[in-house]
Amino acid sequence: MTDGPAGIGEPGDRWGASVSASVPEAGIPPTEPPPPEQGTAGATFVQRGDRIFRFLATGSGAFVVALIGAIGVFLLIQAIPPLLQNNANFLTSRQFEAGDPNNLHFGILDLLLVTVEVSLFALVLAMPIGLGIALFLTQYAPAKVARPFGYMVDLLAAVPSIIFGLWGLFVLAPVIQPFALWLQDNLGWFFLFSPGNVSIAGATVFTAGIVLAVMILPIITAISREVFARTPRAHIEAALALGATKWEVVRMTVWPFGRAGYVSASMLGLGRALGETIALMIILAATPAIFTGSLFDGGATFASKIALSFAELNNNLSAGAFIAAGLVLFVLTFLVNAAARWVIARSGAKA
Amino acid sequence: MSTTVDLDKSATAPTFTGISAGRKARNTVATVLMTLAFLIALVPLVWVIWTVVSQGIAAIASSSWWSQSLNGLLARQAGGGAYHAIVGTLLQGLVCAIIATPIGIMVAIYLVEYGAGTRLARATTFMVDILTGVPSIVAALFVYAVWISIFGLPRSAFAVSLALVLLMLPVVVRSTEEMLRIVPDDLREASYALGVPKWKTIVKVVIPTALSGMLTGIVLALARVMGETAPVLILVAYAPYINFDIFGGNMASLPLMMTVERTNPTDAGADRLWGAAITLILIITIFQLLAAFLSKVTAPKTK
Repeated sequence: MTDGPAGIGEPGDRWGASVSASVPEAGIPPTEPPPPEQGTAGATFVQRGDRIFRFLATGSGAFVVALIGAIGVFLLIQAIPPLLQNNANFLTSRQFEAGDPNNLHFGILDLLLVTVEVSLFALVLAMPIGLGIALFLTQYAPAKVARPFGYMVDLLAAVPSIIFGLWGLFVLAPVIQPFALWLQDNLGWFFLFSPGNVSIAGATVFTAGIVLAVMILPIITAISREVFARTPRAHIEAALALGATKWEVVRMTVWPFGRAGYVSASMLGLGRALGETIALMIILAATPAIFTGSLFDGGATFASKIALSFAELNNNLSAGAFIAAGLVLFVLTFLVNAAARWVIARSGAKA
Repeated sequence: MSTTVDLDKSATAPTFTGISAGRKARNTVATVLMTLAFLIALVPLVWVIWTVVSQGIAAIASSSWWSQSLNGLLARQAGGGAYHAIVGTLLQGLVCAIIATPIGIMVAIYLVEYGAGTRLARATTFMVDILTGVPSIVAALFVYAVWISIFGLPRSAFAVSLALVLLMLPVVVRSTEEMLRIVPDDLREASYALGVPKWKTIVKVVIPTALSGMLTGIVLALARVMGETAPVLILVAYAPYINFDIFGGNMASLPLMMTVERTNPTDAGADRLWGAAITLILIITIFQLLAAFLSKVTAPKTK
């Protein structure tokens, strides 16, 4: 489309009034008025309409760019005053006490550790399954059922996260509790499986990670699926002609082609996991004890801590302390998402 | 007799050999694993839906559920309904859609029709991607920082709608952009050739052609944001009564009702909790069906 004789990408500005206006070339500034021929009033009106519309469209585009900047700036403005009055080290303290504006003690170390551990645990569970589903739907499932099957996986994304949270705590946790205990008994010497710091059965990073894995599965699957489906037909047929089995076709053509897309999809899933709020707020048990790194610990992530405490806040200083935590979360997800986009853009197999 | 020829045996070794047992086995294992991965994903889907339906069906079966609020009822009292929360969810979603849709469509028009290839367009695309990944709690904190901390306005349903706009906007942009891109250039060129100005071409030719897919995307985006809990938790307080005023006062919504009733240990609380859950799922399902219906109805007629 771009190099056709009447390519439409650029020369859009001057379809003003007249057929006899000089042939528009790409890059002519829109300000140059065309020679009006029939009815000056009509011609200027058309020009004005075009200019207004163009301005609105461009303005909306710029607005989105400004919006991201504004999120960072406004969070920072609100976060600075409480950070200056903070009596604990923001980065290394493990306690987050921001309820009393006259005595702020808040640090994000534990929040960060819990957030990262639960997200990575979810990612480790979801990545292989997501890969399997994406390959199944694009390469194995018969074309007729691939669409409805894909729709079913997408439905997981439509279930509100609060419902996943309730299901995780009330239904899933009791069911997986025996398995959790078994892990604790047999692998307890390893720090991930050592006994945790909460007494409520199942309200742990372990349960939360499994629920989170279910929630990021549709994200990983959807994007990987798109990339895998775009494997050039000729590559697949060439491999088949050489006598490759289905699995060898996948390994030699589909996987090298879609690998970057899959990595990027997983990172987007990680970004989603880092910021997940309500499901984790419901599942994770709040505990005053410090985080030991075990999967059977309770605790709070950035998002769940904010959601848990924010509704009662009524002064700007306390709110600002939580906004500071939110800012760290924003930066974290920004970096993960930007890296994901970078990976996919560099690989060429654009999703 | 000395030269017997076995006519059944080939003269040379076969060119193609069968697939070795090892390769066959690996192929089978891979097929099984991938099918299994898909089945594993269906387990939580079916399980969650079953949980919600079996626990909540009793609550929504009563007629008062759809027509009454919880005003004046004690935590342990059965009865009442979720009308107040349904109203709140729909109202907040509607206001959000009214704000997010035009902006989202204009951004998509900019990306496809005006900005293609420019630096601002690249920046916009990148920022839309980033906005897709902004956690709902961060969007809520941003609105809190601007609307409540800096402007000094009270918590209100409108603030919730603003936060939802941040979450809905990128989805609208993405789906609209995709739809605009598949509008054939022939249509645009035909319109330009007739002397139709660009903006009129967009409004009268490009958008009607893409309308079907755009509407689907918008309704689906709306269905997604209505289940968001973090913004309502932070930006508005729960009210057990009906409130239509989005700029003032407390307002319920289904997710907020669930977080409140979650801490209610009585039977009535459990009924309300799962009743709200199934209602929320029902509303989202209705919107999804509506999206499919709209895309059928508004699809450009082929002659």
